[in-house]
Amino acid sequence: MSEYYLPWPERRRPEFRGAAKLAATAARVLYQASAPIVRRFPGAIFTTAVVFSCLLAWLVALSLRAAWLVQQQAADDGAPWPNRWFSVEELRAAAAIANVGWPAWLLWALQSEFVRDVIGVVGVLAFVSLLAMFAIWWERKVSAFMQSRLGPMRVGGWHGWSQSLADGIKLIAKEDLIPDGADRALFRLAPYLAFVPALAAFMALPFGVYWVFRDLDVALLFILAMMGIEVVGVLIAGWASNNKWSVYGAMREACQMVGYEIPMGMSLLVPVMIAGSLRLNEIAQLQAGGWANWLAFHSPWAFIAMLSYFVASLASCKRAPFDLPEAESELVAGFHTEYSGFRWALFFFAEYAAMFVVSGLLTVLFLGAWDAPWSGLAPAAWLSPDAPLAQQLIAGVFFSGPLWFVAKCLFLIYVQMWLRWTLPRLRIDQVLYSCVQVMLPLIMLVLLASTFWELAVSASPAFGAVASVIQAILAILGAIIAIGILYVAAAGFRARRALVGDLAVERPLRGG
Amino acid sequence: MILLEALMFYVFAATMIGSSLAILLSRDIVRSAVWLLGTLGAAAGLYFLLAANFLAAVQLIVYAGGVLVLIVFGVMLTGRQAGAMPLARGSEIAIAAVVALILCAGLLVVALRGPWIELPGPAPAPVAAEMRTIGSELLTSYLVPFEVASVLLLAVMIGAAYLARPEKR
Repeated sequence: MSEYYLPWPERRRPEFRGAAKLAATAARVLYQASAPIVRRFPGAIFTTAVVFSCLLAWLVALSLRAAWLVQQQAADDGAPWPNRWFSVEELRAAAAIANVGWPAWLLWALQSEFVRDVIGVVGVLAFVSLLAMFAIWWERKVSAFMQSRLGPMRVGGWHGWSQSLADGIKLIAKEDLIPDGADRALFRLAPYLAFVPALAAFMALPFGVYWVFRDLDVALLFILAMMGIEVVGVLIAGWASNNKWSVYGAMREACQMVGYEIPMGMSLLVPVMIAGSLRLNEIAQLQAGGWANWLAFHSPWAFIAMLSYFVASLASCKRAPFDLPEAESELVAGFHTEYSGFRWALFFFAEYAAMFVVSGLLTVLFLGAWDAPWSGLAPAAWLSPDAPLAQQLIAGVFFSGPLWFVAKCLFLIYVQMWLRWTLPRLRIDQVLYSCVQVMLPLIMLVLLASTFWELAVSASPAFGAVASVIQAILAILGAIIAIGILYVAAAGFRARRALVGDLAVERPLRGG
Repeated sequence: MILLEALMFYVFAATMIGSSLAILLSRDIVRSAVWLLGTLGAAAGLYFLLAANFLAAVQLIVYAGGVLVLIVFGVMLTGRQAGAMPLARGSEIAIAAVVALILCAGLLVVALRGPWIELPGPAPAPVAAEMRTIGSELLTSYLVPFEVASVLLLAVMIGAAYLARPEKR
């Protein structure tokens, strides 16, 4: 037994055979070769990877758009569209007319809408996987700093950056256990029923004006529907496990979700009413021009609606203080107690994907979508997709683009983590009480008040002036709150060494 | 694209029929509820194919919630032990058979004898109805059915709240 207590380098290595031995050797060699470099330049490598993947995404998006443009140009020359396969020469001619400088063979390969969709789906999958891996590592670090610990420090060198990768390999290699008395078919189905809707929600979630897989006119409803189906997966997982803890967790999730869906939907109605549309892109366009135009500061009611949506979204993602379905201290692990290996990992992927989706909705509906707070300063011509690439790049990085959307979403995810590791868990009766007797009446009142507010603004110019003064005050208040939150977060991060204590930092663990 | 649409239609239709049969044939009430999710999801897929996006999304929202509640009832009402499924009595089977036969006959008559309008030329591309149009139609032309449904739902809600209320001493 004592060998299990040895530090990593002194432990006897497990024996592999055949292909597994080859793979294990390759992984070890790769790890040993890369670890010193990664430890030496962690920041530079991370920055390079992020910049490189952003540029790659941009390149793919530009190619897809170029293919679409050239196809339309080629179709303008009299051929019926879209049921036609263009030859390379035709596309080259059309590209010359449309002034698109992409190689003709690439346009030829991308002319099928199906191929373009497949590329989009692969992009979404890659994004969600990377996001989940990053967010899980990040959550462990955040929780550790908040509890005066270090979190993952060993795997990969710098702050355990590849802990999620190692966990992923471990989970894939783990045995896929199914309990004896379980409902086998449903037990196998449930993780997919949780993960696939969370992924499908990304289909309608716009990352930028043109960065959306399908610009649905009912995007908001579609995303809400997907979040609703995800809960069915959790419920089935709990039931099929044939374990009392799991059923308790699943039933709590069902109660919580049936309750909180109502305040959630009603608080989302406030921005929908202001914009008069369910198309997320249209609601985002309404907020163009910077901080003061964001819907959160549109009226006091919109501000309250944003806060109540945030609370309801915590409940819908099972995040603390609403994490009763998992409740480690009472239900072992709640609905996924019996799961192991890859199926268990799918639940976590679903959870982090859902966290991003609800944050994305909040960002698009209330927080100016993909605009920087100062996006009004950007020249309008730079934001157009026909502007020169250099202008587009500058506008995309500094004023308005998917980067800002992702940054805002990551900040909201960070706030969710922050709440998780600082707030105690509610009891189920408290959860339902706060939903039905506090949030529901409040949000009904807000909805009604917001309706009259909008009517009054459009009916009377005098009230319109008052409303814009209130909007300005709210925007200033919001700026103060945001700066305050950022300052507190930064101060906590700066003081983390004082919080963690000198010992662990000064003398890292052996083999780290 | 036409081919893909036809393929998707057959996939959704097959899913719908298959899971509808499975609802009837499975003995476990929770499994029936899960199969119901398949049926309703396939119906939503058909609505999406018809470019009725709003209907499809509402179908998913409303029925996903409905299935959720159904499963909860299933979990609360049935035990895990085998044979817990209540068996129907002979008279109940007879009544159900009569009702099913009448329904089946009615559907067949409508399908076979009904006046199907054949559109001239190829089928027009489906056009998604504007959300704004749906909203204003609901609150103008179809206000009475809309309000009647709301009042009915309100009555149901009040009744449920009354029944669930703890008795006062």
